[in-house]
Amino acid sequence: MTKPRTKIVMTFVGWGVAFLIFFPIIWMAITSFKTEIDAVQTPPRLFFTPTLENYTAVGDRVNYFQAVYNSVIESVGSTICCLLLAMPAAYAMSFYPTRKTKDLLMWMLSTKMMPAVGVLVPMYLIFRTTGLLDTKTGIVIIYTLMNLPIVVWMLYSFFREVPKEILEASRMDGAGPGQQLLLLLLPLSLPGVMSTALLSIILSWNEAFWSINLTASNAAPLTQLIASFSSPEGLFWAKLSAASLLAIAPILVFGWLTQRQLVRGLTFGAVK
Amino acid sequence: MTSSSLARDVAPKLEKVRRSKRGVDTRPLVWPSIGVLLVWMIVPLALTLWFSVLNYNLTDPTSTGFAGFGNYLYLLRDPALATALLNTFLLVGGVLLTTVLLGTLFAVLFDQEFYGQGAARLFVIAPFFVMPTVAALVWKNLLMDPVNGLFAYFARSIGLDPVVWFSDLPLTSVGIIVAWQWVPFATLILLTAMQSLDREQIEAARMDGAKALARFRHVVLPHLARPVTIVVMIETIFLLGIFAEILVTTSGGPGDATTNLPYLVYKTALLQFDIGGGSAGGVIAIVVANVVAFFLVRTVARNLDS
Repeated sequence: MTKPRTKIVMTFVGWGVAFLIFFPIIWMAITSFKTEIDAVQTPPRLFFTPTLENYTAVGDRVNYFQAVYNSVIESVGSTICCLLLAMPAAYAMSFYPTRKTKDLLMWMLSTKMMPAVGVLVPMYLIFRTTGLLDTKTGIVIIYTLMNLPIVVWMLYSFFREVPKEILEASRMDGAGPGQQLLLLLLPLSLPGVMSTALLSIILSWNEAFWSINLTASNAAPLTQLIASFSSPEGLFWAKLSAASLLAIAPILVFGWLTQRQLVRGLTFGAVK
Repeated sequence: MTSSSLARDVAPKLEKVRRSKRGVDTRPLVWPSIGVLLVWMIVPLALTLWFSVLNYNLTDPTSTGFAGFGNYLYLLRDPALATALLNTFLLVGGVLLTTVLLGTLFAVLFDQEFYGQGAARLFVIAPFFVMPTVAALVWKNLLMDPVNGLFAYFARSIGLDPVVWFSDLPLTSVGIIVAWQWVPFATLILLTAMQSLDREQIEAARMDGAKALARFRHVVLPHLARPVTIVVMIETIFLLGIFAEILVTTSGGPGDATTNLPYLVYKTALLQFDIGGGSAGGVIAIVVANVVAFFLVRTVARNLDS
């Protein structure tokens, strides 16, 4: 019903906005292929001989691969822990609801209202005393606790869309909760479980409060490593750009893949 | 209450509980999650409260004993706290206003039909997936640097003096970076909400001769009221905790110009090793978050009822 002229105008406006918002990422990508000298040129150079030297330098420099490895272990590890804890809970709450289920879900949500900074001091001291400071185990524990409420909520909303009758039938055939969960519910709601896992990975990967305060070198993920570029001696724009692009690329793809289900997770099911 | 009336009250409830479980004991399934969250809620909170009334400095072994409200009094008398509170509110308020306004605008825009709509939409939501430290450093250096940055070049090429962003407008600069990350979030949520709007309503309004602006005010805006409330609530939770962006760009400065509550606590506890003072700051942060959460939950609940 849109008039062709309006549609063309909207195309220009829409892509114009998209370009402006995305521009910093484009500019970062361009800078990552410049030499350090080209990167700080004024007027900025649009035409230059592209180089891959920054990417090789990032690999050689600092413990970059260590940080990538830490980011992967910490985000995937905490996501697995979250799913192991949350799946049975979400299964029970969606198929055997009691009068307390709603309150329980609201209470879980309310734990997200607690500001991280309010418990920074005791967590730092607990980690120092127990030797968890700057360990991957410590970060996995924190991220699991941080994301557990969101994961329970999201799984709960996906599980509720599975017809109860299917599980009833399997129960008649003598399937226990474990079998129902693994053999029926998981395959039936696999897209939902996958997007829940991806959201949890995205949130952990980009987390920058606990990682900066509780890790130094051994367990430092990418957020913390990139933060170290802010010191004056680390200020090489082209290398910063290369390291940054590598750090955000996988998560950007995950985010694009799950954007629709993401809305549900981020709003606790309030907007679908 | 007699025992028989008690039995009459309790019996149906028991029956309900029994029926709801249908022979399956759900407690072992639910309790691990509840258990870890309970510990996570109670232990650090109790410790924060406890430390906040102690004289406790990691570098000063003579600083021991009960401080009573000493840490709080010290903090409340310190102008840094008032500044940090003000900065926190300005940052949260400014970013909220920007993201909701632009988010609504973009949601309406990307709800229109145009060529390559789906792809353009992906580009708009991208900044939300950029980690805070990357966003902050790319903006601070490549774009906002007063000498070699792109903005400085644009300013000079139209004959203006480049803005020295992080000295002249420190809080605004941090706000711009944070808003860049959260506008996509508001757009994504509001766009999803827009798509559940009944097209026939808009068509009907058009038939009745309502102009675009009137359609927006009387049909689209009421439909977006609830999602906007939700965006405000979720963003507030995250924006009260802004930390990494400040750490890598200004370290809270110049002076205290960009020190918000999280950064103040970090500075007191982990840079000055004042555990007691830092904990008192943490308690204040918890109180602020809960006051805000209380009002937000009430607003949301009212919105859900209507």
